[in-house]
Amino acid sequence: MSKVRVLAGTRKGAFILTADGKRQNWEISGPHFAGWEMYHLKGSSVDPNRIYASQTSGWFGQIIQRSDDGGKTWFQPGTPPGEPITGPEGMLKGESNKFVYDTSAETGKPLTTHLWYDGTQHPWEFKRVWHLEPSHHDPNTVYAGAEDAALFKSTDGGVTWHELSGLRGHGTGPKWQPGAGGMCLHTVIIDKKNPERIYIAISAAGAFRTDDGGKTWKPINRGLHSQYIPDPNAEIGHCVHHVALHPSRPDVLFMQKHWDVMRSDDAGDQWHEVSGNLPTDFGFVIDVHAHEPETIYVVPIKSDGEHFPIDGKLRVYRSKSGGNEWQELSKGLPEKDCYVNVLRDAMAVDQLDKCGVYFGTTGGQVYCSPDAGDSWAPIVRDLPAVLSVEVQTLP
Amino acid sequence: MIRVVLPPHLRTLSKAGSEVQLDVVGPVTQRSVLDALEVRYPMLRGTIRDHVSLRRRPFLRFFACAEDWSNEPLDTPYPAAIASGEEPLLIIGAIAGG
Repeated sequence: MSKVRVLAGTRKGAFILTADGKRQNWEISGPHFAGWEMYHLKGSSVDPNRIYASQTSGWFGQIIQRSDDGGKTWFQPGTPPGEPITGPEGMLKGESNKFVYDTSAETGKPLTTHLWYDGTQHPWEFKRVWHLEPSHHDPNTVYAGAEDAALFKSTDGGVTWHELSGLRGHGTGPKWQPGAGGMCLHTVIIDKKNPERIYIAISAAGAFRTDDGGKTWKPINRGLHSQYIPDPNAEIGHCVHHVALHPSRPDVLFMQKHWDVMRSDDAGDQWHEVSGNLPTDFGFVIDVHAHEPETIYVVPIKSDGEHFPIDGKLRVYRSKSGGNEWQELSKGLPEKDCYVNVLRDAMAVDQLDKCGVYFGTTGGQVYCSPDAGDSWAPIVRDLPAVLSVEVQTLP
Repeated sequence: MIRVVLPPHLRTLSKAGSEVQLDVVGPVTQRSVLDALEVRYPMLRGTIRDHVSLRRRPFLRFFACAEDWSNEPLDTPYPAAIASGEEPLLIIGAIAGG
């Protein structure tokens, strides 16, 4: 029987939750990396035992961890003991924890500053990796979305990283500005059929697309409308919270923006709103059913000033029509006194015949629906605040 | 032999004990001690000082002989008691509430 492995990143460590295909009885492993902020863990679809993890700390900075045995053991791929500490140029050698912005004369020279809160220009400063996206074709190729916003790529299993600087350098970079949570590149989606096409999203710059493997990029924000920026229809500056697609239809994108749930049918060239009858169109997560490309999920959050569900009732909303018509899903979810948030990378779906849907909360619960959202039950209730949820479907 | 006391999270990361002992060639300075530490424990690279600028991470401090040496230049020699191993160099994580 198939089984599932849920990878939960939290404020104080990572947890691995496993169950068979019934998804009723769960084994909990963790905390891994206890006490550290685990922003994201994600497994390779080519080699499910290969898992990458972003381990961060305000004190100690960024660590990239890798497991080659499904999360049983971990190591830092770029720090083999006994090797020289410096390279030929005298600088500390590149290794898995080293994310350095491109400042080369050829490609990185102009990429020095972005817009700061006070309207001045501010240097790019690496803070952490928000999201790790393994390639669909090669377990050693993985992308990292960083704060301050940039996209890095490793082709050696996370040993070394280099920036795809065409993103920051395409022209609008100096106009990007951090949101309240920092200027983070939080969403990376690789087209499964065409790995040269990659979508990314940045708070608060917007969504961008490359069609040549990351060399050149274009903003894809036409149709987004944001009252919190001087020109609500500007080319960039929109606070995109998350983007999702179904692998079978890589041109159809769904977006949870700061406010508004949006849809594009042409790879982001034009968006239109599909918030429909949602009780509030603010939220962070959005995801697509594994087998029904028009079935999508969001968790409405009351407002940007009140990051919790309306009336203390935690609800998932499902649309089976690709938006506009939404159905409230409440069976098994808290009916009152629930004031948690669900952060942008904290929802995932499995690939089992009856699609499972998962999400984690800032209250430390990880919920599972083994029936595509019809009913829910907590896998765990008392983890640290959940930052991210991914799920692997295993044979 | 130089003695260095690590903060708890870095002990876990390095799988070292609370105190590590290092051979340092030449003057015993912040730079030479951290070089030696990172050769022995490469998994600590980037956790105490920046990879490129070599600047101390903001929430870490270096205490030597009951004095704060965090803001001294990288190549300032530590006190003799540190260089001889009589006293350990303390790497301290700043306290934070919550």
